[in-house]
Amino acid sequence: MKKILFYCFGLIGTLMLLAQTCQTTKPPQPAPTVTVIGPPIPLAVPANFPQPRLDTSLKITAAGVALGRVLFYDGDLSSNRQIACATCHQQANAFTHHGHRLSHGVDDRLSRRNAPPIQNLVWAKNFFWDGGVHHLDFTPLTALRDTAEMNSDIEAIRFKLEHSRIDYNGMFDKAYGTREITSQRLLRALTQFMSQLVSASSRYDRYSRGEDTTLLTKQEKEGLQLFRSKCSQCHQGELFTDYSFRNNGLAATRKREELEFGMTEEQKVRLLATRDEGRYRVTLNKKDRYKFRVPSLRNVQYTGPYMHDGRFTVLAQVLRHYATGIEDSPTLDPRLRKGKKLGIPMTDDEQKKIIAFLKTLSDPEFMKDPRYADPRLTRYSKL
Amino acid sequence: MKLILILLVLSSLVALPHQRTPTTKVGDRHRVSIHFSLQVDEQPLTLDSLRYTNRFGERYALSSLAFYVSNVRLLRGEQAAYAIPQDSSYFLIRAADRPSQTLSLPQVPPGTYTGVEFIVGVDSLRSVSDISHRTGVLDPTEVTEEDGAMYWEWNSGYIFLKMEGYSPQAPLDPSGRRSFQYHIGGFGGYDEPGLNNLKRVRVLFPRALTVGKGAVPQVNLAVNLNQVFDGPNPIRLSRTPSIMFSPASKQVADNYATMFSLQSIQNQ
Repeated sequence: MKKILFYCFGLIGTLMLLAQTCQTTKPPQPAPTVTVIGPPIPLAVPANFPQPRLDTSLKITAAGVALGRVLFYDGDLSSNRQIACATCHQQANAFTHHGHRLSHGVDDRLSRRNAPPIQNLVWAKNFFWDGGVHHLDFTPLTALRDTAEMNSDIEAIRFKLEHSRIDYNGMFDKAYGTREITSQRLLRALTQFMSQLVSASSRYDRYSRGEDTTLLTKQEKEGLQLFRSKCSQCHQGELFTDYSFRNNGLAATRKREELEFGMTEEQKVRLLATRDEGRYRVTLNKKDRYKFRVPSLRNVQYTGPYMHDGRFTVLAQVLRHYATGIEDSPTLDPRLRKGKKLGIPMTDDEQKKIIAFLKTLSDPEFMKDPRYADPRLTRYSKL
Repeated sequence: MKLILILLVLSSLVALPHQRTPTTKVGDRHRVSIHFSLQVDEQPLTLDSLRYTNRFGERYALSSLAFYVSNVRLLRGEQAAYAIPQDSSYFLIRAADRPSQTLSLPQVPPGTYTGVEFIVGVDSLRSVSDISHRTGVLDPTEVTEEDGAMYWEWNSGYIFLKMEGYSPQAPLDPSGRRSFQYHIGGFGGYDEPGLNNLKRVRVLFPRALTVGKGAVPQVNLAVNLNQVFDGPNPIRLSRTPSIMFSPASKQVADNYATMFSLQSIQNQ
């Protein structure tokens, strides 16, 4: 038996040697991969959060995040070199474009929808108002390619990055081990940066984790109770969304023929935007007409204008919409219909209390965190 | 002792993949090529030439044509098949790029093969995988001058077949041209069942193809693009000049699934 073992080991050894010699005689040409080098950064999961949904095999490194951050803030990713990811996703407003109903791209073009916040994305099931993108890696593509947003293509981006004042080749080398700039690496670097954007330090969070139960005022606590009974079926859990798609009764039946002569461009866009059929475009299922993502409410104080088309500018309008403004349609969410009555019954006072509570979800630490800021503007930068 | 033996067998299994590449093995594997001969009713395709007519008498020219072929399998009778290794089994056939029209399968084991099977499009598993698996023709950022992007970024997924052109019978488009454009995709949905236009195509060989020592066998498949209009669901250019991510795309996909046939097998 020992003899057999001896031969077996010998055989395996020879095979391994053979494999090795083959490798040395033929130097392998490693294709540029997205495998990052260096020690991984573990994702810190806040105590009151569920487990993240993003695949755990995804390795995140400091060099990868640093590269993603520089890319995120670089206008060279757009056709006219002026629109960066950070143009419509500004940190001071939880990575949204405050005051802009619709995303505002190159040459002052307007896109179709309101820019969603970039926060806590590793918990998301899918992305955007209609869930059309199902992996974080692919989220930047929508903005990069949209002619009304960054209007760019990878060839042009690669050229600009290779000739940039920023040493991109060096940064790709640090992150991935070789200097090549590939679309896979670029997108994965953005994924790595975005995965770090976790907002979990609001007053509500500290209250919820029991770190400091005196942090909410009496009015805010009452607001929380009201929120739990009236809003939290959809704006569920600690992420304040169930990630589902629902028709929340926004007036949505305008037709192109309604466009009138003499309307401003803005008015036309607004009218057409109300015809957006939402989730239906992705599933082609009639039951999904006019359904949009239930958004998270974290930092909601800063993420206005609200709804997929940014039609509401302040939270009071949003609450009033749910109380008295619901428009009926075949796909209206059943939770917004009680017999013949539409909407969620709420007095003015109750609405005010709920808004007071919503503001406890604001996370100034997140919006000021220097690790997420424009690297050219902070002394933390090594550029 | 038994345990050690099991461990040994296991370790040799683990070691095996490492010695898959050595040149010693190449001797008993062979290159087979599959050529897609783009045609319209037996005439070779010429782009931008208004010389084709569908069954409704609508004249048309094609300005752009591209489609994905993936998950290629060489059949060995009814039951068995040799599947091209997954990562090497994605191809984009483009009318504007002649080399793309010939697939080179480098590592086919010797034997006799009775047909070829492939998917027109990109399978659902690869359509939802992360970016590290999207290299080469699967790069979602890849855009060619002639055929543009083959990927929908707003609704993650590949355009399986893109065919664009013009026709005097097509209605005027907003830019004042009489154009038509069919962008067909849909891998079946990710979160919930959705549009599924994945088509598995099987072309059988009348006589078995023998792969062994000697020259490189080439399988020539005729691709009759007129079937996009004249397949089982006849399509009028004048009525539906633009079909993209919509229920109507199913009819186009059913049509193009019938456009492949065997033309010849060379080097036997």
